[in-house]
Amino acid sequence: MSDKDYIIIESGKAEQPFHYAVGMHGSKFFRELKDNRRFIGLKCPKCGKVFIPPRGVCGECFVEMNEWVEVGPNGVIGSFTILRYAFIDPETGQQKPIPYGYGFIKLDGADTLFQHYINIEDESKVKIGARVEAVFSKERKGSIRDIEYFRVVD
Amino acid sequence: MAKRVAIVGTGQTFHKSHRPDVNGQELINEAVQAALKDADIKISDIDAIIIGNMDHFEGINYVDCWSIDGSGGFMKPVIKITTGGTTGCSVAIGGYHLVASGLFDRVLIIGWEKNSESDTTGAITTAFDPIWDRLVFAGAISGLAAEAQAYMARYGATEKDGARVSVRDRKHALNNPHAQLRKEITIDEVLASPMLADPIHLLDVCPRTDGAAAVIMASEDSAEKITSSPDWIWATSNRHSYSYLGDADYGRLTSMREASQDLFKKGGIKEPRKEIDVIELYQPYSFGGIIWIEDMGIIGPGEGPRYIGEGNTDMGGELPINPSGGVISCNPIGATGLIRCCEAAMQVMGKADQHQVPDVNFAVSTGFGGCWWTDMILHGKKKPGK
Ligand SMILES: [Zn+2]
Repeated sequence: MSDKDYIIIESGKAEQPFHYAVGMHGSKFFRELKDNRRFIGLKCPKCGKVFIPPRGVCGECFVEMNEWVEVGPNGVIGSFTILRYAFIDPETGQQKPIPYGYGFIKLDGADTLFQHYINIEDESKVKIGARVEAVFSKERKGSIRDIEYFRVVD
Repeated sequence: MAKRVAIVGTGQTFHKSHRPDVNGQELINEAVQAALKDADIKISDIDAIIIGNMDHFEGINYVDCWSIDGSGGFMKPVIKITTGGTTGCSVAIGGYHLVASGLFDRVLIIGWEKNSESDTTGAITTAFDPIWDRLVFAGAISGLAAEAQAYMARYGATEKDGARVSVRDRKHALNNPHAQLRKEITIDEVLASPMLADPIHLLDVCPRTDGAAAVIMASEDSAEKITSSPDWIWATSNRHSYSYLGDADYGRLTSMREASQDLFKKGGIKEPRKEIDVIELYQPYSFGGIIWIEDMGIIGPGEGPRYIGEGNTDMGGELPINPSGGVISCNPIGATGLIRCCEAAMQVMGKADQHQVPDVNFAVSTGFGGCWWTDMILHGKKKPGK
């Protein structure tokens, strides 16, 4: 028998929506983003690192964090890539529009990297260490999409 | 005191991009039968089974339950271990723990995947945080590309340096009948292949594969009765380092650095470059072959491109890496880490045929996943001291 002779059964258009809790720290972060266009992170009382996304515990020190500090909205590109291959976005079921800039942004005052889109109108400017600013969405609903993208500032 | 543990048999399927002729449990059975045959023992000799894969690739949970007919787990203790890309190495470490505990004498360890059954990028995305990590995420490749980008910026490496690693592994695969991609490629072909995510080209990354692997471990009480050339497990280590993708130090694999230091300390290895004879590295893309052996302490930071470019990691070189052709030639994800373990064991046992490295005393196999997690095993020809 050849591969064509074996039967393959399709799963059909299965949909399984989830309802994810963002939690108290993430919720506060997104409210600040939506209402005041501000980024806030949590600072570890032991090692002093500032975490974005904010979370209740510094994993390395294993201590609770509750000191909020403002970071960004500008920063530098910590690392990046430009996505050029077509793939289905599992969030939407649609093909993701490519190419797009994928940035790990070091927001001013933060010690971890924040992932978001980078505008790639001028690819030659997209480099590690380049200064970037956040461009906020006109309509903000309290999610990661309240930022449209980051763009390189000269 | 822990029992000494050895690998006494290994088995693999002939890995392919698509195996529509078998379902999951039938694929698993091929590897199990091969391992039992290699060890020359029966399923009734097996005391417990550990199995693992990445459930979301097939969209079917609880392989520990539904694979019983194929795995040989009927009326035996069976547990599942799944840790993402590292799964295949984690099941081996789990098997080592079971046998070393003295509670089980002979344990069968299985890793498998049918990557052809779903969209790989979609499936991998489900392993990442839905609130913070998924908006820009593009499967395994985006993070790896960011790692390579950061490494290049830090050390001045080029795309050609990455391509050299793909060329090595694809050449090595010619000697391994179990590998999926068995066609030599050139540096120019890698650089001319489509750019997936800067600086990663199509030929810099692993394929999607259907395949399974199995390993049989036995305690010192029976290992030498089963085989005259057991592969002794000298040490294992694993390290996890982050919650969100943005927490990682792009350009360095800190979990590999920590796990290696722990592994070599436990195994009494002082100069890994001199003492290790072969490495089977879970290296899903070319730059991992450069960056991660630096973090392993084989060479210093930034020295990878030159060391590899000079042929030191080719077959016949100072320290051959991936004689099997590695992950770039074959990647049934849940099996991939265990294939590294199988291959390292085969090298120590002298069973690697066409891709045998001569006189192997110590071998290292690794698992990578998560991303940025590391699992490691130190394999040796001599029985470890107590
Ligand atoms: Zn801390």
